[in-house]
Amino acid sequence: MATVADVRTQERVSTGAAIWSWVTTIDHKRIGVLYFVTSLIYFIVAGFEALLIRLQLATPEGQLLDSDTYNQLFTMHGTAMVFMVAMPMAAAFFNFLIPLMIGARDVAFPRLNAFSYWTFLGGSLLMHSSFLFGQAPDGGWFGYANLTSKEYSPGLSIDFWGLGLLVLGVASVAAALNFIITIINLRAPGMTLMRMPVFVWMTFVTSFLIIFAFPAITAALIFLEFDRLFGTNFYEVAEGGDPMLWQHLFWVFGHPEVYILVLPGFGIASEILPTFSRKPIFGYSAMVFAAVSIGFLGFSVWAHHMFTTGMGTIADAAFAGSTMLIAIPTGIKMFNWVATCFGGRISFTTPMLFALGFLTTFLIGGLTGPMLAAVPLDLHFQDSYFVVGHFHYVLFGGLILALMGGVYYWFPKITGRMMDERIGKWHFWIMFAGMNLTFFPMHFVGLDGMPRRVGTYAAGMGWDFWNMFITVSAFLIGVSILVFLWNLVASYVKGVPAGNDPWDARTLEWAIPSPPPEHNFDEIPHITHRDQVWFDKYGDGHGDAAQLRKTSAAVAEPAEDSDEEHEVHMPDPSYWPLLVSAGLTIAAAGLMIHIAVSVFGVAWTIISVYAWSLEPASTPPEEH
Amino acid sequence: MSDAAVAHEAQEEHPTSTGLNHRKILMWAFLGSECIFFGSLITTYLVYRGKSVVGPYPSEILNIPLTSISTFVLLMSSLAMVLALAGFERAASAGANEDRKRRELQKGRFWLLMTAVLGTGFLGFQAYEFIEFVHHGLGLTTNLFGTTFFVLTGFHGTHVGVGVLWLVSILVLSYFGKVKPLDVELGGLYWHFVDIVWIIIFTLIYLIPH
Amino acid sequence: MSTEAAHTDEAHATTGHYVRIAIVLTVLTILEVATYYVAIPFALLVPLLLVLAGTKFALVVAYYMHLRYDSKLFSGFFFFGFTIEILLLIALMVLFGIRSG
Ligand code: HEM
Ligand SMILES: [Cu+2]
Repeated sequence: MATVADVRTQERVSTGAAIWSWVTTIDHKRIGVLYFVTSLIYFIVAGFEALLIRLQLATPEGQLLDSDTYNQLFTMHGTAMVFMVAMPMAAAFFNFLIPLMIGARDVAFPRLNAFSYWTFLGGSLLMHSSFLFGQAPDGGWFGYANLTSKEYSPGLSIDFWGLGLLVLGVASVAAALNFIITIINLRAPGMTLMRMPVFVWMTFVTSFLIIFAFPAITAALIFLEFDRLFGTNFYEVAEGGDPMLWQHLFWVFGHPEVYILVLPGFGIASEILPTFSRKPIFGYSAMVFAAVSIGFLGFSVWAHHMFTTGMGTIADAAFAGSTMLIAIPTGIKMFNWVATCFGGRISFTTPMLFALGFLTTFLIGGLTGPMLAAVPLDLHFQDSYFVVGHFHYVLFGGLILALMGGVYYWFPKITGRMMDERIGKWHFWIMFAGMNLTFFPMHFVGLDGMPRRVGTYAAGMGWDFWNMFITVSAFLIGVSILVFLWNLVASYVKGVPAGNDPWDARTLEWAIPSPPPEHNFDEIPHITHRDQVWFDKYGDGHGDAAQLRKTSAAVAEPAEDSDEEHEVHMPDPSYWPLLVSAGLTIAAAGLMIHIAVSVFGVAWTIISVYAWSLEPASTPPEEH
Repeated sequence: MSDAAVAHEAQEEHPTSTGLNHRKILMWAFLGSECIFFGSLITTYLVYRGKSVVGPYPSEILNIPLTSISTFVLLMSSLAMVLALAGFERAASAGANEDRKRRELQKGRFWLLMTAVLGTGFLGFQAYEFIEFVHHGLGLTTNLFGTTFFVLTGFHGTHVGVGVLWLVSILVLSYFGKVKPLDVELGGLYWHFVDIVWIIIFTLIYLIPH
Repeated sequence: MSTEAAHTDEAHATTGHYVRIAIVLTVLTILEVATYYVAIPFALLVPLLLVLAGTKFALVVAYYMHLRYDSKLFSGFFFFGFTIEILLLIALMVLFGIRSG
């Protein structure tokens, strides 16, 4: 069966069988849960690292961490938050929701989907295993050449980083391809592109960005590892190489990456706001159009991260201009969200609070963005704490708050139980206060000249008060996360049963039971409207109880005898995806150990790929 | 490559929203992504053109006549590839005509084999070229030219190698009746892609004078 | 699946057609290689070579990869990637050109 809740029944049968069923699962809902739990663990790890950083900076001349450890902590904090928290947690939502929202039984390639998860796990474990050897990566999350060269970073730390990221890249691209095909090809009859929920659109654009942005960093990382492992000259200045090449390739990937991070947040907010305003999203087509143009423009702005490298006035002006241009579609989205709420009958549930929190903090982050895009200003901001303040407003405010809202919103669908609203509101307010109190003053110390990535500072620079303040506030965020974890566990164990549609919501997933059955829909729904479930409930009305039609007439599964279920034929579980991922991870790790290990890993991978492609996707029905 | 190896047969029988096959869209999306990968390698080669601080320099060492032949070999493998696909497709549409079916299938297999053989031939030329270069003192680490040249053409060669393995696998599987025309078509798309990358490499690296 | 067969039907998938394209490709390749033996001014040579390579590229993509007869979606994927890459290539060559003065 499908979800966490069901596993509890299975556990009584046999723990071993339950674990095995998770290892071999190719059910998109379970894979979504795996993604979520894993990314939550990394969130705690990376958050813990951030608190250590802040403890060190709480007072001038901090003694807690030596500078090597400090470098490792901010590097692993940044890298993990981006690649092992933000992206996979968004992927958790993609996985669980996309097939449900478009009326499909699974993703287009269920086994490839499992492969994406295991490869993500392999790559992230590979990178984190560096801690065991005391060689955690320490070159910053964007690992600039030639600090990362063998000369300046001997040892294996950068190799753990580079090879880990290469493996993670494979996972992301495979997952993105899968979602693209799923959205293109598995929509229920009548679900035209312009009837898809906005969340599906945002997933679609995100996935495109992933498949077109990741190859650039893949190439850059391959160059880096060739330099380090085989002595090539890509970033070797003495041989005519140019470290600027790394910066360009990294940011050609890196800027689309920030949209990869934040578009899922946009998608989640675009589902929550209409539900709790009891109005359709305002300007649907403008929303879609804006996201697509953000996606396009995102490829043309990368060098705004490089204003201080001396690219020349014309290049600076061009990249500043294209960056400012992105403010237009982003502004359109902002206005549309506000207009969605405007005049609505708003209920301030926890998900709604998080969505509104997202709106306000993302706005602030969005306003410091154009400041950074102004070249003369950026020359002063670069590498200061102002930048740290800016991107935490967009990443924490834009993404984490939205993801948290998403958890509260869809938890009932995923587990069949409501999350506790009272604890949820505590969670929201502590987190919201904590993040603003932490990240807003960072702008001040940044403007006062405090550099980022430096582990100590002298007393009397005028930064003492705010640093202590920021550290205390950061612990407030820590507290809010504890509250969240408590709520998650408590609600999972004894939350109120949710029913199909606890929020009186709009999209297809709310028409089926919570948690959804393994095959999602007994009968694939026919779509005639955007927000189909809402239409089925209220027609074109605005959700007055009087207008309530027969609940979910068209979409809800016909309550026929349960024999119906057995006719739906789902593909079989498989362990080959896991084995292919393991082979890849071994091949990558081998480059740090001995080339023979890599050869072994490649051979393992090839054999598993063969076994995978020869394995039938499902046993023919007769054999049941 | 593992992407395309994913046959999800259960879905194939169901109609899709666009009427297009999942795996074929997957292949094209993957190739779109590969464009950026090879593009990054080629871009790197170009921005580092003429920046080597020591020799051997490209003009001293590139063997145009030899590479012209290997280019031709790879080009002809693309022809063999389309003929192989045509054979498999005609065999599939031969219906009850068992005799014609067998004949077309035989043709398809022959051309598939030819594609793999020509591909292997290309790899042979490349191996020879690499060894020659090393004899002339150009290694992976010698200078910027060696670095960018070997990594770019090496990754291309690896793709050719994967393609050969793939096509041979299809060939073998076809004797077990497991191959549909679509399987050949997907292998073919990958193969032609590797060919067009070489068309670009040949011009940008070998033909435009340094 | 059903449309698949229709797209690559025998109407255009004739052996003769494929062979004719191969001949054109061969001729273009011979022309390309010929430029190596003939003295052509650099300013003319580069565009010439690019046009020749572009034509070969287009022929393979359009006919051997069937893009000409296949769904626009496939062309969309491919040329999106291709176009971004060409633009990046040009931009980076310009930026590095400025850099080395
Ligand atoms: C839990 C709350 C968080 C706190 C208290 C926090 C704190 C910090 C601090 C103090 C730094 C700067 C270190 C330095 O410059 O010396 C930093 C860097 C960074 N953080 Fe966070 N952060 C948090 C959450 C996040 C999230 C959610 C993300 C992304 C999704 C993120 C991404 C980054 C990145 C990319 C860096 C840059 C690392 C580098 O300079 O290489 N952080 N964080
Ligand atoms: Cu950027």
